[in-house]
Amino acid sequence: MSTLSYAARDSATMLKRNLRYSVRYPATVIVSLAIPALLLLLFVGVFGGALGAGLGAAPPGGKYIDYVLPGILLMSIGYGASSTTLAVNRDMTEGIMARFRTMAISRSSVLTGHVVAALIRTLASTVLLVAVALLMGYRSGADAGRWLAAAGLVTLLTFALSWLAVAIGLSAPTAEGTVGFTLIVQLLPFISSAFVPTGSMSAGVGWFAHNQPFTPVIDTLRGLLAGTPTGHSAIIAVAWCAGLAVFGYLWAGALFRKGSAR
Amino acid sequence: MSPTAPSPAITASGLRKSFGEKVVLDGVDLTVPEGTVFCLLGPNGAGKTTAVHILCTLLRADGGEVRVVGRDPAREPDAVRAAIGVTGQFSAVDGLLAGRENLLLMADLHHLPRAEGRRRAERLLSDFELTDAADKRAATYSGGMRRRLDLAMTLVGEPRVIFLDEPTTGLDPRSRRTMWQIVRGLAGRGVTIFLTTQYLDEADELADRIAVLDQGRIVASGTAAELKRRVPGGHIRLDFLDENGRAAAERVLEAATRDGDLALNVPGEAGVRALRDLLTRLDEAGIEVDGLSVHTPDLDDVFFALTGHPTTETESSDAERTAASTAASTEAASIQKESVR
Repeated sequence: MSTLSYAARDSATMLKRNLRYSVRYPATVIVSLAIPALLLLLFVGVFGGALGAGLGAAPPGGKYIDYVLPGILLMSIGYGASSTTLAVNRDMTEGIMARFRTMAISRSSVLTGHVVAALIRTLASTVLLVAVALLMGYRSGADAGRWLAAAGLVTLLTFALSWLAVAIGLSAPTAEGTVGFTLIVQLLPFISSAFVPTGSMSAGVGWFAHNQPFTPVIDTLRGLLAGTPTGHSAIIAVAWCAGLAVFGYLWAGALFRKGSAR
Repeated sequence: MSPTAPSPAITASGLRKSFGEKVVLDGVDLTVPEGTVFCLLGPNGAGKTTAVHILCTLLRADGGEVRVVGRDPAREPDAVRAAIGVTGQFSAVDGLLAGRENLLLMADLHHLPRAEGRRRAERLLSDFELTDAADKRAATYSGGMRRRLDLAMTLVGEPRVIFLDEPTTGLDPRSRRTMWQIVRGLAGRGVTIFLTTQYLDEADELADRIAVLDQGRIVASGTAAELKRRVPGGHIRLDFLDENGRAAAERVLEAATRDGDLALNVPGEAGVRALRDLLTRLDEAGIEVDGLSVHTPDLDDVFFALTGHPTTETESSDAERTAASTAASTEAASIQKESVR
């Protein structure tokens, strides 16, 4: 068999291993699905009235759920990335990563397995989240092409954050060391255009919110799903995702090759 | 080496490695002929694990020539990896998967056909007495079971060379013995084994050749018997009821030295014959002995004899090592005591 098909086979083996966890420990999966759904309920049901009323420029039809869904989608991607970091870190601290590194297997397969598993888990949870949103009255003006473009962007962001998550998981000496990443990924959506427009924030915070990577992604998703123009935020969003993906991929690869003394 | 000897499975010459300012390996030379058990003996911090990591492609050496199955681990890591199996100091099992799943994962990664993978997994489960626990998560295993599963995973690929980095550290005496039996079984099948340990008795039990590593250098090497000959410290301790008894014994046993108030240390090998001779001589002289214990040389004795200083880094290993060596020597001693008292 060729090197390439070995690489594919090893990656499939690693993917199977990662997905087996999800089947074996459904509680983890249920929590990672339930938290974004609960957040959606919270923001629409509890804060939605007040926040929606404060949104001067609410979309026509004016429902807050239409505004907030892209932000919640990003939060669920963030949750997915956090669990990927923990899974990779567990492999490191349990020593099985060192075992993989002494075996004649495709170098990339260990990490690819984690990333592909993360993609499958996270995309499944975003599909579920959209289904919940539709039940709660979310309506989109988008056609199939725009839905597809939105799905593509979600996939790209998940891909980028997963590689970053893998690198963080490899670099942290303990599970506690991954907390910083988890916190950043889960807090960033709050300081973005996820819940209120960046223009309504105080000057410094607004500037940060406007220029951080999640905002263009959220703005693009919102535009795509609402059927309104996305402007140049789409290009910025794709550039951020691609940049983060390349950075995470190279960093993770370097860490994996270098390994740790353990 | 004689020309008829088999080609070496592992060679290293002038092996050097530093982490920052700290020199961990300072010119290590070693040769392990194929099909033999080689033991790297040393205290914590001697550089044993670093040496293993370099040989099994996890680390790059700073200098020196290394060959494993004739290949350079730095230049052809995959060729080396295909021939070796590694069981590290920290058990490398997937705690969230069941024992059997761990083995099947290894079978898949070795690209074994499904039926062959299952066959090997079942055979290893039964060889390592893990069949009953095969469907339980590895995280629920005891220390000894984890270590056995770890080694079983290493064996799925049927490696020609196996690295065992402190395979019994932290195990209870019974699990240690099981592990020793397993290692002997592997050696019997012609697998080359590179073992590291901080226990002299373990090296003695398993190894064809032993190299003593101290502060990054090999300070002695040879068979267990050769090393022991260079190590004083083995002695028989005799306890007496009163000073008269001891004085009488001192007259009979010229080599004996006083130890404490009412004891004598008789240096030398404490084999069954030596013991019988000793007891006979005391008996014939009509000397009453209150107690007897056998002291075998331990790692401290080896180090003191070979390096002139005791084991260098003892804070964490000391308790474990003492526990293990006293377990071994008290076991022998208690048997003797019963027959004497």
